[in-house]
Amino acid sequence: MAFGLKHLLGLEGVDREDIEEILNAADSFREVLDRPIKKVPTLRGVTVVNLFYEPSTRTRLSFELAEKRLSADLLNFSTSGSSVSKGETFKDTVRNIEAMKVDMIVMRHNCSGAPKFLTEFSSSQVINAGDGSHEHPTQALLDMMSIRQKYGKLDGLRVVIVGDVLHSRVARSNIWGLKTMGASVAVCGPTTLLPVEIEKMGVDVYYDINKALDGADVVNVLRLQLERQQAGLLPSLREYTNLFGITSARLRLLNKNHTILHPGPMNRGVEISSEVADADDSVILTQVTNGVAVRMAVLYLIKGGGAKEDE
Amino acid sequence: MTSSVTEVLDDKKVERALMRIAHEIIERNAGADDLVIIGIRTRGDHLADRIAEKISEVEGTEVDVGYMDITFYRDDVHSRLEQPEIHQTEILFPIDDKIVVLVDDVLFTGRTIRAALDQITDFGRPRAIQLAVLVDRGHRELPIKADYVGKNIPTSPDDEVVVTLKETDEHDSVKLHQVMRKSTAKSSKSKPSKKRK
Repeated sequence: MAFGLKHLLGLEGVDREDIEEILNAADSFREVLDRPIKKVPTLRGVTVVNLFYEPSTRTRLSFELAEKRLSADLLNFSTSGSSVSKGETFKDTVRNIEAMKVDMIVMRHNCSGAPKFLTEFSSSQVINAGDGSHEHPTQALLDMMSIRQKYGKLDGLRVVIVGDVLHSRVARSNIWGLKTMGASVAVCGPTTLLPVEIEKMGVDVYYDINKALDGADVVNVLRLQLERQQAGLLPSLREYTNLFGITSARLRLLNKNHTILHPGPMNRGVEISSEVADADDSVILTQVTNGVAVRMAVLYLIKGGGAKEDE
Repeated sequence: MTSSVTEVLDDKKVERALMRIAHEIIERNAGADDLVIIGIRTRGDHLADRIAEKISEVEGTEVDVGYMDITFYRDDVHSRLEQPEIHQTEILFPIDDKIVVLVDDVLFTGRTIRAALDQITDFGRPRAIQLAVLVDRGHRELPIKADYVGKNIPTSPDDEVVVTLKETDEHDSVKLHQVMRKSTAKSSKSKPSKKRK
């Protein structure tokens, strides 16, 4: 079996077999994290650069740990305190780093499409760690892994994505991935935070949270990006919480065997109540653990992947 | 180039070979105390189950069985042509100071066993590691030798040894697929197949 992808830029257009292979591999890598020695020699001698043009804690630590667990060598690059602040162009920065002989680039950028642009002039294999409001494929993969762990499948599940879909790359990757895997997906949020024509992605659109949650299996609660709320998209946070906040009262509308996901960082008491976030069956921290396993799987499969393209 | 297929072991012979291996393991280790069996996926896992069951029958004690996938420890990540499917490793007991018996179906180059030994080291420090295989077909590329062998089969490097087990393939058998080369073509070595076992 040959893994089809040379880069992971997004989940749009990625076929079911490749997603399944990543999720299966992630289940196997997950076991490594429970070993006394949490390290395997799989990517010995491979050099990975974590190129972060936007601040990130979780994703970056998760990628860094995944690379270390696979015995890869890694370089961390973030824009603060680098020559980017001296005016170096993106292309020059990457070319200089590549001249030091690296194999893979994990990139986060505030511009949608930046990783795609990178593949056009770079010889490295590229993994998108979030670009603008476009895609965040590894987050969606770890969400799918967490759902699959609970239900054993993704086919036929009803997943509701709640909140700021407009600015959310997590939402977009989730929609592409979940649809490919046979789940039915709905989005719910205030009109100002749902993109125009979102229904063209093949999702149901709700403006009433109670209708959206009715009979659903999984709720993926998006972070309300407070830093982006200056534009007057919301009258007030309190109104948002009243209309769209996920509270234990609202959980009763869901299927009994439900799952609540949150990509973090959480705004407690805004989009999700502490009671829901800290519930015994909460998988929010499981998501974080799965994130390391999913990123190990992606790094491993991408490294050996792309055979179809090369032939 | 043509090939011929010979059945080397059938159901009964596989069963007898495993029974003998189980007895040899007990004899050599003077019982089943501190013994754990780890099968290498795929196929070694089922053989490990069967050997452990036979040892339990004879000794009357339960033997821990684990399974390992060695994909993460392969030495051909950078050069492989096809990616092997990754399976789960399940070693749910401590192996420190235990006698670990590794089980695999076919011993060939020894590279799989090298990977398995590296992986075991990451799980703990066993008192001893021993190796049991259903078939030893020769052509080692590393200094590795099996402690318990079901059957030695002389092969040429291009031959293929195919093991089927009732757990996955309905019935037990070991078949040798021999490549018959014309005498004139003998000097030009044919390419080794991608999936050598």
